[in-house]
Amino acid sequence: MAENTRRERLLVIAHARSGDKGDMVNVGVIARSEAAYPFLKKVLTAERVKAHFGELVGGQVERFDMDNIGALNFLLHGSLGGGGTVDLRTDAQGKTYAAAMLRMELDIPESLLD
Amino acid sequence: MKDYIRIGAAQGFWGDRPDAPVDLARHGDCDYLILDYLAEVTMSILQRQRQRNPDLGYATDFPKVAGSLAPCLKEGLKIITNAGGINPIGCARAVLAELAKEGLEGVKVGVVYGDDILDQLPGLIASGEELQNMETGEPLEGVLKRVVSANVYFGAAPIVDVLNGGAQIVVTGRCTDTGLALAPMAHAFGWPLDDYRLAASGTVAGHLLECGAQASGGNFSADWESVPDLARIGYPIAEAYPDGTFVMTKPAGLGGMVTQAVIKEQIVYELGDPRNYISPDCVIDFTSIRLSDDGEDRVRVSGVRGGDPTAFYKVSMAYKAGWRTSGTLTYTWPDALKKARKAREILEARIAHLDLKLDDVVFEYLGVNACHGSLVTIPDEASINEVVFRVAVHSMERKSVERFGYELAPLILDGPPSVTGFAGGRPKPKEVIAYWPALMRKTAASPVTDILEN
Repeated sequence: MAENTRRERLLVIAHARSGDKGDMVNVGVIARSEAAYPFLKKVLTAERVKAHFGELVGGQVERFDMDNIGALNFLLHGSLGGGGTVDLRTDAQGKTYAAAMLRMELDIPESLLD
Repeated sequence: MKDYIRIGAAQGFWGDRPDAPVDLARHGDCDYLILDYLAEVTMSILQRQRQRNPDLGYATDFPKVAGSLAPCLKEGLKIITNAGGINPIGCARAVLAELAKEGLEGVKVGVVYGDDILDQLPGLIASGEELQNMETGEPLEGVLKRVVSANVYFGAAPIVDVLNGGAQIVVTGRCTDTGLALAPMAHAFGWPLDDYRLAASGTVAGHLLECGAQASGGNFSADWESVPDLARIGYPIAEAYPDGTFVMTKPAGLGGMVTQAVIKEQIVYELGDPRNYISPDCVIDFTSIRLSDDGEDRVRVSGVRGGDPTAFYKVSMAYKAGWRTSGTLTYTWPDALKKARKAREILEARIAHLDLKLDDVVFEYLGVNACHGSLVTIPDEASINEVVFRVAVHSMERKSVERFGYELAPLILDGPPSVTGFAGGRPKPKEVIAYWPALMRKTAASPVTDILEN
C-alpha cells in the first residue's frame, strides 16, 4: 500500500550549500535524517533538478552520490554567464542557488516529516 | 608531550574579520594559524598594484595581522599564509619590519615563490604547453595579449621544506589553500608526502578549513538561528593526529558551533566529482570520509582515502574581458514593481535610441526575485512596498559603458514617481577581469624557497 504523502518544500528534509566553479555552480544537498536520504536519491534526479532551475541553468546537470554523508552533489553547468567575475547578476557566484534548490516542492512521505 | 597539533583557520578570504586571528590564537590553543587571502581574481589586482609600485603586490593586511600576533609568536605560534600574492619576498620583508616594531627579533620567515609565470608564458607556449582553457577547451592564443596574471598552484611540499628549515612564519604566493593545512601536519609528524593516504587526510582538513567560519557555524543553511554568538564566532580548528585522523572543533570561549551538519555543508562546498578531488599533492576520494561525534563542538574525521597525484599543476590566469557598470534605484508603493518594470522599458528604449554597443544587460528587482528568477511566484504584486531596481551592463567598448552610466539618474526626473536612492554619482566603467584555468606539466615549473630573518 502506498504511503501517505504531503506536499512540502525540499527545505523540510534537506539542507544545502552552493558555490561557483568557473561557469558552473555546485549545489550539495544534505539529508536532514538518515531516513530521508534514500528518498532524496530516488526523487532528486538530475533531470528534475535541471527542470526546477529553469533559466538559471544553461547547460546540463550532473549528480554525484555521497552515501557516506547522506548527500547528493549537483553540478549545474553553464550557470554563471562565463564565470563569477564576469556574470552581471547580484548573485554572480551562485551563492543562493542552494536556497533556490530547497524551494523545490515534493510529495514527501509523512514518515519523513514527523 | 602531546601527540597532536591544532591548526586554526584565521582568515577565509581577503576581507574577513581583521581581529579573528588574534581571537583564534588567544582562545583556540593553536600551534599553527593558516590564513587564506587569495581568491582567483585577487592575483590580477595584485599584479596591477605591483606595476604601480614594485614593493607591493601582496595582501597588505597580513603584516599588520602578523604584528598583532607578536605575543603569540613569542610563545611559539607558527603562521602559514598565501598573503604573498605575486610578491612574497616583499610581503616577508614587510612582516619582518612589522615584527621589529613589536620588538620581536630573530623570527625566521620562510618564503615560497616561483608560481608567477606571467613573464614566462611565451616561452612555455613555445616549449609545447598549450594552456588551453580546461573548462571550454579554447586555445590561449585568443586572449594571450590580454592576460594580466598567471600563477601555478603549488602544493604542500615547498611549505614543508621551509618549515623543516626552521621557519616560524611562511609566506607563499599561489599555493593551494589545502596545502597550507597539509604542510604543518607533514612537518610536525614527519609524514612523507608520497604517503597519499596521509596527504589525502591533510588535504581534506585543508578543504574544511579554507573558508574560515563556514566550518564553525557561519553561512549554515540547516539551522542558522541556533548558531550561538555570530558576532564573536570562533573560527574553526583542525586537531590533527599522526595517523591522519583529525577532529574539527573551535575555541570553547567563542561563538559558533561544530556539528556533523556544519561539517557536511563545508565538505560539499565548491565540490566537483567527489571521487576525484584533485590537488597538486594527491587525488582524494571524498566518498571515503567518515564523520563521528567526539564531544561538544567536536567532529572526528577519519577513513580518508587518496591516490597518486596527477602529472599536472593547475594554472590560474586572469585576462581583461571588457568593461561593466551597474547601478540601482529604489521604487516604493504604490505599484513599486510596475514602476521598476517601466524603468527597465525606458532604459531598453534608451539603449536602442543611443545605439549603445552592449553585449549583456541584466535587469533585476531586488526584494522580489533578483536571485531566484522564475522560481519565485509573486502572489500579490500590489502589496509590495519597495523594490530596488538594479541594472548592470557589459561591453568590450569602454565608451558604451561610460555613456550608459549617464542614463540612470535622469530616470528620477524623467520616469515613474516615488523613486529614490540614487547617490554616489554616475555608475563608472570598471574593467572586467575573467578567469582562465589551465593545466601545465609539473616539470615546467618549480617552486623556489627562501628563509629571511631580521
